[in-house]
Amino acid sequence: MIAEIGHFALILALAVALAQMTVPMWGAHVRDVRLMAIGDSAAVVQFLLLIVSFLALSHAFVTSDFSVLNVASNSHSEKPLIYRISGTWGNHEGSMLLWVLILGLFGAAVAVFGRHLPATLRANVLGVQASIAVAFLLFMLFTSNPFERVDPAPFEGRGLNPILQDPALAFHPPFLYAGYVGFSMAFSFAVAAPIERRIDAAWASWVRPWTLAAWMCLTLGIAMGSWWAYYELGWGGWWFWDPVENASFMPWLAGTALLHSALVMEKREALKVWTILLAILTFSLSLMGTFLVRSGVLTSVHAFAVDPDRGIVILTIMMFFTGGGLALFAWRAGALRQGGIFAPISREGSLVLNNVLLSVACATVLVGTLYPLALEGITGEKISVGPPFFNMTFIPLMLPLLFAMPFGPLLAWKRGDVRAVAQRLGFVAGLAVLFTVIVAVMSGPGPWLAPICVALGLFVLLGAITDLFTRARFGDVSSDEFRRRIVSLPRSAYGTALAHAGIGIMVLGIVGTSAYQTEKIVALKPGEKAEVAGYELLFKGIQPTKGPNYSEQIATFEVARNGAPVTTLLPSKRLYNAPPQPTTEAGIYAAWTGDLYIALGDEQPSGAVAMRLYFHPFVRLIWLGSVIMFIGGMISLSDRRLRVGAPQRARARASAVPAE
Amino acid sequence: MAVWRMLTFSLVAALVIGAAAAPGVLAVQPDEVLSDAALEKRARGLSAGLRCLVCQNQSIDDSDAPLAKDLRVLVRERLVAGDSDAQVIDYVVQRYGDFVLLKPPVNSHTLLLWIAPLLVLAAAVLIVWRGLRTQPAAPATATVPLSDKEQAELDRLLKSRTDEAAG
Repeated sequence: MIAEIGHFALILALAVALAQMTVPMWGAHVRDVRLMAIGDSAAVVQFLLLIVSFLALSHAFVTSDFSVLNVASNSHSEKPLIYRISGTWGNHEGSMLLWVLILGLFGAAVAVFGRHLPATLRANVLGVQASIAVAFLLFMLFTSNPFERVDPAPFEGRGLNPILQDPALAFHPPFLYAGYVGFSMAFSFAVAAPIERRIDAAWASWVRPWTLAAWMCLTLGIAMGSWWAYYELGWGGWWFWDPVENASFMPWLAGTALLHSALVMEKREALKVWTILLAILTFSLSLMGTFLVRSGVLTSVHAFAVDPDRGIVILTIMMFFTGGGLALFAWRAGALRQGGIFAPISREGSLVLNNVLLSVACATVLVGTLYPLALEGITGEKISVGPPFFNMTFIPLMLPLLFAMPFGPLLAWKRGDVRAVAQRLGFVAGLAVLFTVIVAVMSGPGPWLAPICVALGLFVLLGAITDLFTRARFGDVSSDEFRRRIVSLPRSAYGTALAHAGIGIMVLGIVGTSAYQTEKIVALKPGEKAEVAGYELLFKGIQPTKGPNYSEQIATFEVARNGAPVTTLLPSKRLYNAPPQPTTEAGIYAAWTGDLYIALGDEQPSGAVAMRLYFHPFVRLIWLGSVIMFIGGMISLSDRRLRVGAPQRARARASAVPAE
Repeated sequence: MAVWRMLTFSLVAALVIGAAAAPGVLAVQPDEVLSDAALEKRARGLSAGLRCLVCQNQSIDDSDAPLAKDLRVLVRERLVAGDSDAQVIDYVVQRYGDFVLLKPPVNSHTLLLWIAPLLVLAAAVLIVWRGLRTQPAAPATATVPLSDKEQAELDRLLKSRTDEAAG
């Protein structure tokens, strides 16, 4: 019964979305306020219906209602509660329901928080949002209905893929989708603006908070996936340039570029055409990410749906929205007047450089991801494009970007003085190089690129601090005055500095673990010892035990350093009951300087157990950096809350702050 | 009927994907490791660039599939026999084709792949350069002179300000 309510709510949501797609846009066309206002209520009602639908499916999963096909195929009554909940979106149908739910959430947010938007623009934005919802609701109801019943109902479900039964992966999809779907806001504004003929600084200031929110969620979602891969896949890798990873990374690169170009548009009315185009492309890449993962066109860990029909429908949706958006763009782009002018060396210039490098990097990832598919489709020839290709092409694009990053925020708008900025950064650059030399000498031989990357990471990190100090006029004013100024800097300045610092920290983590990790492959018998990166590990033996829905072999290691005990590590191998599948749980000890990491292998005929021992220096900085970027985004967003609610007041406030 | 087909289908899918997703618990087994550290290091480097043919996007160095193990052992045998790195790669490519290389070779079919990043970069630089060049020389507002009426109004305002200050 509850499943039917969910199904019915989904159909009602489609009906409401159809109304939301047509009535407000018509109202905007004929300037009828009442018709336009229907968009607001429709968006809220649509969201509520989707919540009902989603809760109904969650209920089926939590209560293990195996008469629902989706639950029977993807859940199991023995599963712990958290994975029965996360199982709701751990499958194709449920994840699409989550997708439209988040889409509905963003739509309702526009209706509720977008009161300050011009009525016609809001009506058009809600109309475009609804058209996306209509496409995906039709897709779900006709090809991927999560509420389909099965009769007779099986006694037990098939279970969720055990490697997905993990806390980080349980919440990876909601964040990832919030990012993907959040970029639909930028798309809707980009499509609505030309209809409205309203493309100006105000447009950019409305789009930026939504884009920032989406970007934050995507950042965290990608970081969670990478964190999961690190400890669950068993060899401490954190990024594999897997097509599925690339599918989420491309919208991130484009979205990052969009955040920066929208800034130029908001402050200086320049880069309008490019910003609109980027908004359309970012969401198109999100749709493509959904397509690549959901269609199973790339068979990889995540592609648990392998049904070509669905793929073709998502491909059609993707081409419709991308093509439609671009056509509208091409039709109206000529009418855009070019805004503020600027010298090549200026804040705008640095943001253009940021956009060039990020877009080219995004295009590179796109080509590398799709090329094997295209080549196989055209010639039948199979090639592999793996990590070596991406490292060779992506890294050279990122190095200049990292180098330029501290300069950007310090340059003035319109015309910057690069020499003055270089002087300000000279101290931290020297510090970064000095520190790098120390690292290079202490760590011994490594890849030649590694010390350069360490220097760049430090430069970015210290540059972000320099930015804050410069804004508070460090050195120009008394220390009391400086203290007063630094705490009263606008929150967006802190947001920028934190996000940039997060990148610097992440780079340090990437270099540390990529260039300086130690690895040992050994076979130990109980009572034997091994040594890795200064840690002595005593293998005590293996004990069998039972978890809620798996049996487990837990190994015990006494870890010591210089004879003093440090910790006990318990890496294990699990065999899940349903589906019967093995997983490894690495034993990880997080020290300040890096992670000690043990992955168990198989027992050898000799009675010894094979194992891999690693030391990953500073690997945690990768995810620490991501979290700092997320926090930076939050702080920046809290600054704009005023602007979202009351643009006039914030505008007055913004002009009161002297131009930096 | 369709329901059962789907059930069977998802079972097969779960099994296939399950097998592919089985974590690389221990790719390189202790008994594979060569006693010569320099050779072993070369073997690891080569393995990282060779694809496990039955896996999804894993190198033979990361995979614990039996076929990956065979390839790892093969690479080590060739190295022990005195092959250079290039000879080992050639040997493996001859048997398994270009698909085995994670870094695709440059040939007529992959040329576009390799030059695409450069082409896009060149296009981007060109667009930016043209955009900067075609910028108007000075802000438009500065070049529009005041009309006579505006000038008169301005004079009047300035005059009244001066009068105020004087009075």
